[in-house]
Amino acid sequence: MDSEKLKQKILEWESEVVLPLIKKVPERKKVFTTEEGLEVRRVYTPLELERWDYLEKLGLPGVYPYTRGIYPTMYRGRPWTIRQYAGYGSAEDTNERYRYLLSIGQTGLSIAFDLPTQLGYDPDHPLAWYEVGKVGVSTPAVTEMDIVFRDIPMDKISTSMTINATAIETLAMYIAVAESRGVPRAVLDGTTQNDILKEYIARNNYIYPPEPSMRYSVDLILYTAKEMPKWNPISISGYHMEEAGATPAMEIAFTFADAVEYIRWAKERGRVDVDAFAPKLTFFFAARTNLFEQVAKFRAARRMWARIMKEWFGAKDPRSMLLRFHTQTAGVTLTAQQPMVNIIRTTLQALAAVLGGTQSLHVNSYDEALSLPTEESVKLSVRVQQVLLYESGVVDTIDPLGGSYYVEWLTDQIEERAWKHLEEIEKMGGMLRAVKLGYPQREIARAAYEWQLKVEKGEVPIVGVNMFTEPEIPKVKILKVDPVARERVVSRLRKLREGRDKIKVRDALDGVRRAAEREEVNMFTPIYEAVKVGATIGEISGVLRDVWGEWRAPEVF
Amino acid sequence: MSQERLVRKKVLVAKLGLDGHDRGAKVITMALRDAGFRVVYLGVHQAPEDLVRTALEEDVEVIGVSILSGSHEELVSDLVRLAREKGVDVPIVVGGIIPPEDVPKLKELGIYEVLPPGTPLAKVVEVFMKAVGERK
Repeated sequence: MDSEKLKQKILEWESEVVLPLIKKVPERKKVFTTEEGLEVRRVYTPLELERWDYLEKLGLPGVYPYTRGIYPTMYRGRPWTIRQYAGYGSAEDTNERYRYLLSIGQTGLSIAFDLPTQLGYDPDHPLAWYEVGKVGVSTPAVTEMDIVFRDIPMDKISTSMTINATAIETLAMYIAVAESRGVPRAVLDGTTQNDILKEYIARNNYIYPPEPSMRYSVDLILYTAKEMPKWNPISISGYHMEEAGATPAMEIAFTFADAVEYIRWAKERGRVDVDAFAPKLTFFFAARTNLFEQVAKFRAARRMWARIMKEWFGAKDPRSMLLRFHTQTAGVTLTAQQPMVNIIRTTLQALAAVLGGTQSLHVNSYDEALSLPTEESVKLSVRVQQVLLYESGVVDTIDPLGGSYYVEWLTDQIEERAWKHLEEIEKMGGMLRAVKLGYPQREIARAAYEWQLKVEKGEVPIVGVNMFTEPEIPKVKILKVDPVARERVVSRLRKLREGRDKIKVRDALDGVRRAAEREEVNMFTPIYEAVKVGATIGEISGVLRDVWGEWRAPEVF
Repeated sequence: MSQERLVRKKVLVAKLGLDGHDRGAKVITMALRDAGFRVVYLGVHQAPEDLVRTALEEDVEVIGVSILSGSHEELVSDLVRLAREKGVDVPIVVGGIIPPEDVPKLKELGIYEVLPPGTPLAKVVEVFMKAVGERK
């Protein structure tokens, strides 16, 4: 390419073709920007890629820096996992939903736990009572987990669990149920979210102060790295930060800052080489409607992660450098107004995730700005994925947007901004310290407010909300959690407490306490032993609350 | 009502229940402050008792609660009952994931206004101003 000639041509085009036109017909806006706030030019040309080295920036699929994809054949070899986050009411309700999802073509499970389970309260605790079974399934003890997985082949299906502050208890229950069916823990395939840092930053389902929580999280990582070769111990999540207001560059930068903190802790606590556990780290991001910027975000993230692992941590095993990630379409983009329009939004978002090379995908349902999804709406979410996979043809070649002048420019821009955010946190001494100072919390809240002000002014157009509005929010068929679910869980829990070996439970809980008090002990086995003899989430968390205390969020504003 | 007169108006914003989704509550807190309110922001994981106690201690004129976990009926009904018991007679505004068919039920409980997802900030501020105004 003769770039001098092209520059000349562009100048001519602007003065002779564009200017006369926009004098007559002005463009719709003076400045066009992405959601990140990047100013978008009228057109992108090979000039964007002038000093751009293909092999250095992109390389090939499955090869460092993995910009184009982490596997050599990507979706030509294996499709992404269709994994809808689901769970509500009692274990029976949830089991029924899982079997339904599997029957319509879902390929992996993803458990939504209710808030008491996530926060370490048994369902008969006064604070828990309101929330039992509302946003997920209630699993206070191994007996409930057993029902959740009734007639589901635990040796064949992979299961992701959105569980953090009580991740060890929950994984222990999953193992106990599998082992009772003759499935050893070593063959279990799945993921525990186990990312406590983003709970302090954005999701707010934390219990203990940051240091013991980091120990708890890292203990799960170290335990499974040794004993459960197929288990992904952590899913380091940007999704919730995006939902709370983070921009695309903030989303990936804060996620990597969290990841860096976990790696430092795990290396030190386990006295192990980074390659001993890093191949098992996984990630979780959001997909928004702004298609090209989102694809650029995923590509930039892959490139950054490979470099962080190689250059910051000296990883030797290429698997340590692979950014394996789950994607969920961004819940905050759903509107209660004209809810069917959400199907179109989530389709674009799912397309962004697939063009971005995700390993698994959840597509939100159109009714989720109103309630939990119904069977009918969730079926559409699965079908969106199937149409993308089987009909659209976008999966037939790897990274089809690679080489687009615009997308490569965006990828570079997002990456540059993300490095800046990441360096900012490094300067503060890492994410744990930044979290205690309230830094990411404040940045995200500020971004959320700025965004909302733009929505108010109409600078961020939302169909059905600030344009093309209709007077009423329509009534659509929604899912209501049956209050009987709560009674059922509580009565079973009381029966369990009556029937179990009280001395064994007391001894096991003492074991958890002693372990918690001694910094050097891995928490996994004592908690597993307690779960196995019928100790509940509330009892185990109760002991840990007693030893470690509870976290009170710093004043953010 | 002028900005100057509003400066003294104190309101409470909190997340009621165990739900952690606090984006809305934070954004509304910032919008109300920009509109001249003094906002006591209680944050996440608040029980009805916590709200009523704070409302008394801080002498607020409106209570704003945000709930996205689907537990609004039970939580709000306990909040209203407890507020009555303790003599906290201030308007309560509820926002979050509230299905349209639940709005009349919340209104029957005595909720001043229900603000569904997508409510403009200007409308939120207007509702709080009106709520404060009607008390005087």
